[in-house]
This record gives sequence, structure tokens and C-alpha cells, in this order.
Amino acid sequence: MNAAVDAATRVFDLRAVPLREVNRFLHSDLGGVREVRIEHPDGAHSIAVGMDAPVHVDIVGHAGYYAAGMNKHADVVVHGNAGPGVAENMMSGTVRVKGFASVSAAASARGGLLVVEGDCGLRCGISLKGADVVVGGSVGSFSMFMAQAGRLVVCGDAGDALGDSLYEAVIYVRGEVKSLGADARFEDMTEADVAAVAHLLARAGLDHDPRRFRRIASARSLYHWNVDANQEY
Amino acid sequence: MCGIVGLMIRNPALRDRLGEWARPMLIGMTERGPDSAGIAVFTEPLPEGRRKLSLHAPDGFDWAPLARELGPEVELAVRANHAIATTSRDPASLRAQLKAAFPQVHVLSAGRAIDLYKDVGTPAEIADKYGLAGLSGTHLVAHTRMATESAVTPENAHPYTAGEDWCLVHNGSLSNPNSLRRKLEPLGIAFDGDCDTEAACRWLEWRMREGDTLEQALRRGFDELDGFYTFLMGSADALAIVRDGFACKPALVAETDDWVAIASEYRSLAHLPGVEGARLYEPQPERIYAWRAAA
Repeated sequence: MNAAVDAATRVFDLRAVPLREVNRFLHSDLGGVREVRIEHPDGAHSIAVGMDAPVHVDIVGHAGYYAAGMNKHADVVVHGNAGPGVAENMMSGTVRVKGFASVSAAASARGGLLVVEGDCGLRCGISLKGADVVVGGSVGSFSMFMAQAGRLVVCGDAGDALGDSLYEAVIYVRGEVKSLGADARFEDMTEADVAAVAHLLARAGLDHDPRRFRRIASARSLYHWNVDANQEY
Repeated sequence: MCGIVGLMIRNPALRDRLGEWARPMLIGMTERGPDSAGIAVFTEPLPEGRRKLSLHAPDGFDWAPLARELGPEVELAVRANHAIATTSRDPASLRAQLKAAFPQVHVLSAGRAIDLYKDVGTPAEIADKYGLAGLSGTHLVAHTRMATESAVTPENAHPYTAGEDWCLVHNGSLSNPNSLRRKLEPLGIAFDGDCDTEAACRWLEWRMREGDTLEQALRRGFDELDGFYTFLMGSADALAIVRDGFACKPALVAETDDWVAIASEYRSLAHLPGVEGARLYEPQPERIYAWRAAA
């Protein structure tokens, strides 16, 4: 390894350095640093939150709550599992989880791409506001609840109440859907949908036939108050 | 918020390590529960006809008069505010005698396998006060508490027990503990404190006494116990976990050939020997997971 490469990479061991110091470094003027490696995360919360630089961050192990939350520009990889709220409120950049992610992955995320290679827990993409999420495995119940914009691609199955109270976000599922939530409905895949799924799968590095996916979107019947609905949806 | 911790040693040769491995697990959950903590350890069961009661007394309690009152039929092992009374006597008469002579002393648990320690303080303080690292056994259930609905007292700390060799810890909150209590009290089931968890613990134990298996009782509980919960439960030979349908309260299981470990978060599992190769998963909502201790 030459000197230029050395200077571009920083390594932190979270068993030796407090997380706050690591995050403070990540928020500082990174100079020429292009890659940061965080070892022994041991499930710590809030690793690499609030990134605002086009830097690559490797989290080598399992992360706790809110890993890479509020991410902007950075490319963060969790080489393990992620706890609740991974990439919550992400603005841009990419976050990849090599294992599984707990509940509320990409909650309220506005932009960027979250890839979870394994399964996601409940409420994946809750209140999504524009980001893309690709899940290699299955997602738990109440995923995309009240999602406003953005896309979720699920290569496995989905749990109960998928897409409950959806706004303009769109869901593509390859496997079984246990049940749809209020106002969510299956719609025909257009060529634009197939192209969108193919593009997202390619970005995620997952090899599936995009034509095997089904599209779920809002029927928009909850958009306007219906006085006759008697609170039954 | 609260933290839950469970550990079962599958390889009998490693049972002496139970407390040593559990101590950092408990301390790892300090941020989730700094108020109080408790540990239920299940040991090799006493012979049929023998019982042990875990007792808790207020600070500064003098155990000598209690030992004299109970007499030579009861062996007393004292540690700080806590004592284990072992006897061949009928546990009900021992309880009645204690209640009459020392009303300030609380019976935390009864059975042939369970020892229970719980108190107010940080998990590290409780672990060291009661020598957690030196405890051995087949499995344990532990809890760190951040109180949300009842006072911070030793009685309101978890684990809760009911009947014999049965305990439960809870992360979450129940919305119908009082109606459960109103259902149970007319059946002669008495409550020690006012924590919502006690209602769930006593309700499940009552269902099992009525003939339900643990699985049947928990399934019935999906309709009867209203609220948010991750319950971790221990009996003489089993460890079990269940989460409500919304699974708002976290839990993570790690399994190897040597042990099964459960915690609210990975932070409490990260130190376990062999965790790198463990099978890790989150329990699915409304699915019952149980592990049996090897004989």
C-alpha cells in the first residue's frame, strides 16, 4: 500500500475509541480521507449518523440503533446486521446492510438508497419520503405504512398490512404478500415499472427477473374525507 | 424502556460460566434500564420434597433473629439484603410464619430450582451486590428496569414470579393490568406490588395451573393481555420468549451448540465466546420460542 492510499484511509476500533470521537471525526473536514473503517461496532447505537461527505464507511460487524441515520452523500456498508432505524431520515448516498435489519429501516428517508441483503423487520420504509429501499429477503408487517414517496423492492415476501395508508410511494414484491393494508392495491406492472425494478436490482447487485415482481400502490381512496365511511377502512 | 437478558447453557460442562457470562450481558443493558435490576437463576433442582425460597429484606436488616425464628429446619444462606431459605417444610406454612413475624421481608420466589435476586440500583451495582459472576446453573432470566408506570422499589423490579419455579420479565407496557388483577384476585391470587408485569406473570401462571401448556397460555394471552410486550420467561427446565403482534420492543437471539443467549440488543451479546459463529435472529411477532435445558 502506498502513502497516498494510507492517507486516504482511516481505521477506528470502537473497543478503543469512543463512538463520539469517531462521529466527530466523520463530521469534520475529512481532508483527503476517502475511506473509513470502523471495527468492533458491537451493536453500538448511532454509528456514522449525520454523514455529510462523499466518503466510504465500512462498519465491520453488527450495528445498533440508527446506523447511518440522516446520511447525506456517504456510502456506508454494515458488514453484519443493523438494529432499529438503519438509514432513518437518509437524504442521499447509499447504505448497505450485508445481514438483516431490525424494525423501521429507512424510516422517513427522503433520498438515497438503502440495500438490505437479508430480511427486514416490521415497519420497513415507514413514512418513506423519497428514498429507494431494496430488500434481498423478506419484510415484516406494516411495511411502508404511510409512505409518501420513494420505492420499496422486496425480493422475498411481505407480512401483514403492507402499504397501509400509502400516499405516492410504490412497492414491488416478488414473493407472497400476507395482506395489504388499507387503501393499498395491486396494480399492473408497466414497462416503466419493470425498468425501475431492473435498475434498482442492478444497483443493489441482486439478480432477479424484474418481471416476476408485482406492483402495489395507493388506491387514493383515503385522500379525501368520506363521511359515509363510518371509520371503516 | 427496559432491558431483558436470558442465557441457557446447553453444554453441561459450561454451567459454572453462567453468571460470569451473564454479568456483562446485564450491564450491557444499563442504558435501557438504570433504575433497578434482577436475576432469576435456575439451578439443578433440589430433591422432591425440598424447597427454596428467595427472600429480600430492607437495608440494614438483621437476619439473625429471622434465622432463630425459623429454627434448624430451615437453612439460610444470606447475601446482603437477600437470603435463600432451604427447607423440607411446607412452603406455605413457612411463608405464613415469615409474614407474621417479619412483614418487612419479601418472598421473591419459591421452588426447587429458582433463586431470585432483585433490587434498586444500576445493573452493575446489583450484579456485584449479589455476586452474579459467581452464580452457576442451567439458565437465567434477567432484567434492567427503566420504570414507566409504577414506583422504583425492589418489589416492582423484575423478574416477577408466581407459583413455583416460574418467572417472567417484561419490556413494554400493558394497558389492562387492573382488569386482569380484578379477574385473578377473586380466585385467591394475591399480588405483591402494582406493576403491570405482575398481572401478566400471575395470569400466565394461573392459566398453566388450570391445565394450559405454556404455548396455550401464551396463545390465549394474545387476546387477553393488551399492550406492548416482549416477555422472557423461565421455568425449572425451560427458557421462552414471545413478542406481541406489533413487536415494538426489541429482542435478539443468538444460538450456538454451547448456549442460547437472548437480549434486547446485540450490545449485550457482543462479548459472548463464540458469538461470531452464532445463529442470530429476531423473534417473529406472536411466535413462541422455547428452549429446554439439557438433563
